[in-house]
Amino acid sequence: MSKAFAKVVTANALRSGRVVWLSESDGWTQDVLNAALFTDAEAAENALARAAANTAEVVGCYLADMRATESGPEPTHFREAFRRDGPSAAARIPTIGA
Amino acid sequence: MYVYTDFDCAFLTERNQQFRAQVARRLDGSLTEEEFRPLRLMNGLYLQLHAYMLRVAIPYGSLNPDQLRKLAEISERWDRGYGHFTTRQNIQFNWPELPDVPDMLDALGEVGLHAIQTSGNTIRNVTSDHFAAAAADEIADPRPYAELIRQWSTDHPEFQFLPRKFKIAITGSPSDRTVTRAHDIGLRMVRKDGTAGFEVIVGGGLGRTPMLGKVIRAFLPVADLLPYLEAIVATYNLLGRRDNKYKARIKITVHENGLEHVRDLVEARFAEIAPYFDSEATQAELARIAAHFEAPVLPEVTESDYHTARANDPAFRSWSDTNITAHKKKGYGIVTISLKAHGAVPGDATSAQMRVVAELAEFFGQGEIRVSHEQNLILPHVALANLPVVYSVLKRHGLATANAGLLSDIIACPGMDYCALATARSIPVAQELATHFERLKLEHDIGPLKIKISGCINACGHHHVGHIGILGLDRGGVETYQITLGGDGTEDAALGERTGPGFSYQEIVPAIERILRTYLALRHGREETFLHVFRRIGLSPFKAALYHSEAADAA
Ligand code: HEM
Ligand code: SF4
Repeated sequence: MSKAFAKVVTANALRSGRVVWLSESDGWTQDVLNAALFTDAEAAENALARAAANTAEVVGCYLADMRATESGPEPTHFREAFRRDGPSAAARIPTIGA
Repeated sequence: MYVYTDFDCAFLTERNQQFRAQVARRLDGSLTEEEFRPLRLMNGLYLQLHAYMLRVAIPYGSLNPDQLRKLAEISERWDRGYGHFTTRQNIQFNWPELPDVPDMLDALGEVGLHAIQTSGNTIRNVTSDHFAAAAADEIADPRPYAELIRQWSTDHPEFQFLPRKFKIAITGSPSDRTVTRAHDIGLRMVRKDGTAGFEVIVGGGLGRTPMLGKVIRAFLPVADLLPYLEAIVATYNLLGRRDNKYKARIKITVHENGLEHVRDLVEARFAEIAPYFDSEATQAELARIAAHFEAPVLPEVTESDYHTARANDPAFRSWSDTNITAHKKKGYGIVTISLKAHGAVPGDATSAQMRVVAELAEFFGQGEIRVSHEQNLILPHVALANLPVVYSVLKRHGLATANAGLLSDIIACPGMDYCALATARSIPVAQELATHFERLKLEHDIGPLKIKISGCINACGHHHVGHIGILGLDRGGVETYQITLGGDGTEDAALGERTGPGFSYQEIVPAIERILRTYLALRHGREETFLHVFRRIGLSPFKAALYHSEAADAA
């Protein structure tokens, strides 16, 4: 009952620190829906190696599990969902009074 | 307040120039991330889940108004207009961009603040009592000693590559507000035959293997402080394990070697090195530092305006009941400014709020602000007669929540909303607990209660010493929260006991409600706090409430 292989390459941008994903065109996108989804393990590892060699643009590349949807890749684990969405809606609002 | 010497200022400037050059070399590609990472961490710069995070030390939790205004300016100029105060008396900026960080550090340097030794396997920011120099029960102000330790430990050549991080806390009062027993070294001022000295506690720590510190020396004369600390750290540096990160803290060293053995080694090392410490010079330096901390001269004041306001304004009365602590001088109070408005992120303050607090400190608080490990701000010296006006200003800025020491005064670590190490969120759990019990109007009835939440086993939220501790874990891809009960971070320190299986994100708030309803049903009146009841009846009634009712619901 092995899960179908589906991963994206993700990292943080070196300058801004923001979460980015490797796009189809081998660039970096801030929208996971535009990320390249790899369904082949070898292709994913190759893409990761290429991306990780790019140390002037990104930090901490790794492969993250996704599932394919019609609009694009969607995280399967909540950690990746938080990386996509940013802090919980409430946590994003600083103290604004009682 | 302590003012840096020229030496300190030159040191900071040089350090910032070095880091500016390192950032430039990273940005132009001459440094790899592997090379750069230890350099940025040495300067307090982490890479978190969504962005970089800059952690700035607030030594012994003391700030002056200019420093707080500078923090406000930095958060506005280079971040998103707020900062997050942590349990380590640090402030964290959650959204800096790498090219801006050298400017942020320079701005901090203008007011004598920095991010050195907020990371890495070094002696970290020394934490201290946020009520220092104001608490009615204090023997002596611990901050001059904390500053002495900071000077001794900063860039100490022997201690830059310890087996693991090393945290020291110091208190000058019998009431322990600094959780000394959860630190690598805890120092508690005590008196013996009329002279002040320290009880030295070693090997405390939370995290994966929580342990309370043990007394290694019941009484250490003040003059021996530095050589004795150096002897402990040197012993640990040799004996501590470097083979396994999870066994590297001094708590494990003490646990594996036994307190007696460690004590013998420390005492032997102490005897060896003490003669090389110039104790007269240390005393002179201590006296020089202490002069900077001289308590403000507080004029005699009348209290009548305070009593009138209490009689006429129930909201003010309620706030002054919870958020004012007795001051050593009659006519004064210690104000706890809650950064825990119901539904707000515990420990966050906007730049506007920081400026408001700075102004209040300037006008009504002798220019002193403290940051507590409970993630609140403190005005340590305010005349009671000025409290009504202080309250009205705080209220206008969302800073007058009457909840210090109550349920919603929750410690929560950043958890998965920010932290790269997190296994679950903690901030939204705190927010929902606060708003839920606010809706039920129960928190004043429940009374003194400390809830502490961590988003992973590292225990930055001190959950082991919460009366109710909550630990967020990832169980098979689902956020799961384990509960501990009966923890205590004071002089009667205790580690909480696990109740049993954890609860999902949706179940955790109702689970806490079941615990608290059980407490309300079983207490012998309002005087019996949650912790007292737990100590009297133990875990089982709470377990029954947590798990049996669930089974009953499911049936
Ligand atoms: C957000 C980035 C953070 C990272 C990467 C981080 C990392 C860690 C790690 C790895 C540990 C376990 C260390 C050990 O037990 O040896 C730890 C423990 C701890 N951290 Fe953090 N932490 C972070 C944030 C915080 C914050 C925000 C606070 C204060 C609110 C904090 C205060 C503490 C405390 C009190 C402990 C427990 C230390 C002990 O074991 O006694 N940390 N942290
Ligand atoms: S306890 Fe874990 S999740 Fe919380 S701040 Fe510490 S390392 Fe991050």
